[in-house]
Amino acid sequence: MNNLFTIFIGMVLINNMILAKFLGLCSFFGVSKKLSDAFSMGIAVTLVLLIASISTSLIFNYILVPYELEYMNIVIYILVIASLVQIVEVIIKRTNIALYNAMGIYLPLITTNCIVMAITLLNSTEHYSVLESVVNALGAGVGYTFVIIIMSGIREKLDLADTPKSMRGLPVAFLTAALLALAFVGFNGMV
Amino acid sequence: MNDCKNKNNCPQAEACNQQEQHIKSDKKSSSGFTKELVKGIITVNPVFILILGLCPVLAITNTVTNALGMSAGVIFVLLGSNIIISSIRKVTPSMVRIPVFIVVIATFVTILSLVIEAYVPALHKSLGIYLPLIVVNCIVLGRAEAFASKNPVLLSAADAIGEGIGFAIALLVISLIREIMGTGKLEIFGKQLFEVPGLSEHPLIFFISPPGAFLVIGVTMAILRLAGVMKYE
Repeated sequence: MNNLFTIFIGMVLINNMILAKFLGLCSFFGVSKKLSDAFSMGIAVTLVLLIASISTSLIFNYILVPYELEYMNIVIYILVIASLVQIVEVIIKRTNIALYNAMGIYLPLITTNCIVMAITLLNSTEHYSVLESVVNALGAGVGYTFVIIIMSGIREKLDLADTPKSMRGLPVAFLTAALLALAFVGFNGMV
Repeated sequence: MNDCKNKNNCPQAEACNQQEQHIKSDKKSSSGFTKELVKGIITVNPVFILILGLCPVLAITNTVTNALGMSAGVIFVLLGSNIIISSIRKVTPSMVRIPVFIVVIATFVTILSLVIEAYVPALHKSLGIYLPLIVVNCIVLGRAEAFASKNPVLLSAADAIGEGIGFAIALLVISLIREIMGTGKLEIFGKQLFEVPGLSEHPLIFFISPPGAFLVIGVTMAILRLAGVMKYE
């Protein structure tokens, strides 16, 4: 239990996917312009992370390891993730059209988002069990949502600020991320 | 267009649009081998102009050695996948082209990962998770979709090398700044090239830490805009 808690806190605060590991930066800078979009993106990423982690860790622990096929993990994971996201998209479209409209456009974008691939690969290099993989994925998803919401709140205000012309848009977003990352360095050594 | 927007890993439709537009303008003008090569390095630089594949640019630029290793890996994967994809472009049904591209790219990344693990284990260790993550690098899939799937083999190879060198230059610029500021000296594959007196005794460790990466790339982009290389928003 203690181990699971350590994994979770470590993923949310210390090894934060965006600010410490630089994963999923494309979506982080692309979708953090509006608070509501950022929130939907965070939820979508967390959902995909959970589903992908469950299925890939099952595949890893019960198919790849017994048959000594670990070296195939990159090819297999990317195919599994891509097809899973398609299935999830179809299911959401059929069952809950409001939810689909809210996060439908983000789902296909997550297919090859580095976060999903990174977490599934991390689960297998660390030899996590299925439960540990799920907790790891949940931590990464919560950490991502947390940071992208903070970032979008700041960027909404930043749009109104009088920044130098050459800094407008992406460069100032990077500087904001630098300050956020500096704040997160403070969590180092907590666990 | 829609496919590019959906399947590319970056939700930045503008980058995709930009890439498509560049392809269109390329078709109009006479496109030669050297032209494709130069294009990737300057006018369509994947990092500074298209803003693609940012994760490795920030993550492994803490030392120049890592940056060189990563660039070599990306060039290998880009070249291999561009050549294969462009040679099978006529037999690939367009409905399933994205999964086909992904399998080709993943195969090359697996080859690369196994070769580096066998011959340069130190580099494999320092690149860590970012080496297999080349498979989801926007640049590789982006070039496959936007260029290699529509152009002959030789041009696709030139495009791959050009984009690869463009990516390498971006990595090199950022890693040089970060390593020299962060450690006060420059070391490539274990050999020390020079030392900045004063700075090496009291290095600004901030620059090799994660926040430093964000700061360096943000300031670099602002400078490139002032210099007129990058467009204003």
